[in-house]
Amino acid sequence: MRLNRRSFLQMSALAGGGLALGLYEFPVADAQGQARADLTPQAFIKIAGDGTITIQARTPEIGQGVKTMLPMMIAEEMDADWSKVRVEQADLDDRFGGQSAGGSTSTQGNYLPMRRVGAACRQMLIATAAKRWGVLEADCTTTPGQVVHAISGRSVGYGELAAEAATCAPPAMASLKLKDPKDFRILGKPQLNVDNHAIVTGKPLFGIDVKVPGMLHAVIQRSPVYGGKVKSANLDEIKKLPGVRNVLIIAPSKNAGPADTTTEPGTVIAAAGMEPGVAIVADTWWQAQLARRSLKVDWDSGAGADQSSDKFDKKAAELMLAPPENTLRSYGDVDGALKGAAKVVDATYAYPFIAHATLEPMDTTASYKDGKMEIWTTSQSPGGGRGQVARALDLQASEITVHLCRIGGGFGRRLQNDYMVEAAWLAKQVGGAVKLVWSREDDMGHDAYRVGGYHAFKGGLDAQGKLVAWRQHFITYGEGQRYVSGGDLGATEFPSGRVPNYSLFASAQPLILRTGALRAPGHNAYAWAIKAFVDEMATAAGRDPLEFHMELLNATPVPLAAGGGRGDSMNAERLKGVLQLVAEKSGWANRKATPGRGMGLACHYCHAGYFAEVAEVTVDARNRIKVNKIWAAGDVGNQIMNPSGAEAQVQGSIIDGMSQMAQEITLMDGRPMQTNYHQHPLLRMRQAPPIELFWRMTEFPPTGLGEPALPPVLPAIANAVFAATGKRIRTLPLARSGFGWA
Amino acid sequence: MPLKLKVNNAVTTVDVPPDTPLLWVLRDVLDLKGSKYGCGIGQCGACMVHVDGVPTRSCATQAGEVVGKAVTTIEGLSPDGRHPVQVAWEQVDVAQCGYCQAGQIMTAVALLHETPHPTDSDIDAAMSGNLCRCGTYQRIRQAIHQAAAASQKA
Repeated sequence: MRLNRRSFLQMSALAGGGLALGLYEFPVADAQGQARADLTPQAFIKIAGDGTITIQARTPEIGQGVKTMLPMMIAEEMDADWSKVRVEQADLDDRFGGQSAGGSTSTQGNYLPMRRVGAACRQMLIATAAKRWGVLEADCTTTPGQVVHAISGRSVGYGELAAEAATCAPPAMASLKLKDPKDFRILGKPQLNVDNHAIVTGKPLFGIDVKVPGMLHAVIQRSPVYGGKVKSANLDEIKKLPGVRNVLIIAPSKNAGPADTTTEPGTVIAAAGMEPGVAIVADTWWQAQLARRSLKVDWDSGAGADQSSDKFDKKAAELMLAPPENTLRSYGDVDGALKGAAKVVDATYAYPFIAHATLEPMDTTASYKDGKMEIWTTSQSPGGGRGQVARALDLQASEITVHLCRIGGGFGRRLQNDYMVEAAWLAKQVGGAVKLVWSREDDMGHDAYRVGGYHAFKGGLDAQGKLVAWRQHFITYGEGQRYVSGGDLGATEFPSGRVPNYSLFASAQPLILRTGALRAPGHNAYAWAIKAFVDEMATAAGRDPLEFHMELLNATPVPLAAGGGRGDSMNAERLKGVLQLVAEKSGWANRKATPGRGMGLACHYCHAGYFAEVAEVTVDARNRIKVNKIWAAGDVGNQIMNPSGAEAQVQGSIIDGMSQMAQEITLMDGRPMQTNYHQHPLLRMRQAPPIELFWRMTEFPPTGLGEPALPPVLPAIANAVFAATGKRIRTLPLARSGFGWA
Repeated sequence: MPLKLKVNNAVTTVDVPPDTPLLWVLRDVLDLKGSKYGCGIGQCGACMVHVDGVPTRSCATQAGEVVGKAVTTIEGLSPDGRHPVQVAWEQVDVAQCGYCQAGQIMTAVALLHETPHPTDSDIDAAMSGNLCRCGTYQRIRQAIHQAAAASQKA
């Protein structure tokens, strides 16, 4: 049910002579059609009598910079002195509206609402000053932190106005005037991360740093095979170990399958959303972790034990040869066009499962007392997590308080709230406070992995070297046409609609392992396969990949058949614009491939952002790749909010994409074989290239930067390696194509 | 048996088995949360501290090994949080999520102590044991050069 939404402003006085202003955007009626009358003011902005301005940041901070950026939007329109603004992380509260971080949506979702909050506050302060001076509001203006009446030369600080302003009614939304962006003082200027000082001095900011009086520490040993459960474990022995307070066998949840028949003493039925296993609760985390070394568990691995990477590869090869199960899109006559083509190229691309491996492992602290649950967590979707906890533990949402801690990396992993449910469940079991911290091995072995996949391509060129046919058979995971999370592919994905004859097919094999979104989900995998194969076609045509790409982007798109889903949201002119810009800046036209050295180019559109990137690489005789430089050009609309944060997101996305090229999670008898960073590497300093970034400013509304700069870097590097060596990288990780980082 | 440890110039006695990793003594016994757990096997460097001035991974160092030695953590790097490396880190706006940065800073401080004016390849060699999942390497390099320049002026 889609609810009508309306926004309004609410304001209240603060003790000590200040004002607090909130903006609410919420359904007019709740799901039962009842009018919502239970909203009480909750402030985004607090102005204290001494002029101190505190702004609440509503979205979880995972390193994407929202804790700095959202308050910048408010401060800009209220004309605050940014150097004196304090920023606080908001707790989870429905009155802030949505508080999740994902999909590069914070910029577009907050740009107007946050500015309106600031503008309303400024308008109220002006009205208060004008009334006090007996002058026209229209004759008043503001400079950072104060209202000014230029005619009489008077000025007054916001703090002095706050108590009085708190008694006036907030202005109607329609009357709010937003600044012309050319007058911005804060937005569009590089602003430092508001937590910088706390970070560089080691202050306890993160979820793992939470300390609650009397809390115990927990670890959970989960089944090495996803979906497995405990048959028995040496609980009595573990209970005797130093510091151990409690050991629990976590049986499968009632909601997840048939009722459990385990009779092992100490067994507790899990909450939905938890994996079965053995929980050890101790006085310190190290004691709990150390106790695991003595833990002996007899596992029932279940059906997952039959799955392995070798079998996946074999099955995928069979599916590629078989008639496709599902047609995602088809138009023209691909088979006929391939038959009549002057040149046909076919190639198969394959990429592995990979783990998120956020540097801060999964953790949450929960305290259960008198029927109330208090949680300190590192979730990207805390509202969803609270709902899961409520359902799992039979609590009302109103009985659960959730505090949002600074998060040591999200990348999509923390859209899953399994660890929040686990911590809350443990707190309820022990009837107190428990901090659950996953070990790195827990994290790598029990991720919601980026799903692997395979693409069999066949492309046809006419005598003029024009791409006339594209056949793509995507081998993914799922049951029938229901694909696992992250394992689908859109019918309009490039070059769909831009080739005269086109077919996109999909076939799936079953998967027990849990999968989920990883930064630029889907795009981080198939952008590489598709854009590298476009490069192959350009090479086969004897044409410049840039010019070949431009031709495809210039083609008039074939519209989707009626009822074929939503159309292609890509604006080809914007993608062409960044391609042109990156080509100019990188000297693409004058590039020279010499043996062992080459440049590659790729572009991609996702999450409403447009990026083109060029890589220059050197490859030595042992196929070790050194990326000498990356040039990136981006178009995310008409306003960069925080140039420092924006550049950081692009640099980070590019390094992240490079890391992905060397990573894999493989399964043997259902067990993920990689346990830690030595087997699932992150790029290191010596491998990190300099990155030069160029913005292409366009007239479009601003969009986010958490993801769109990532996908192009993989094909850009793979294409550069081809230019340098004549060898194609068609299987990731690099090692499976005989390459590696220098 | 209680262990006598010298951490950030203060001598304290902790009652832990001597094979307890120093990291967990710092974090959960001494309540110094700046040193971070990332991998537990000496791969990521998020737990980096100085032991008698030498950058050391506290996750892979037993508490008993540092008895009689001076341990410095990020919290003890400077009295006011204004060590030139900390200042440079703030000004260059290095941190994204920030989780690895205490470890990065401890390694960088040791590098600059040994090599006051490092080249890019000196930085690569010294810093490649510290992982950053967010990919802040370009700014780490810049901040180290900036701290080196600032120290020269000072």
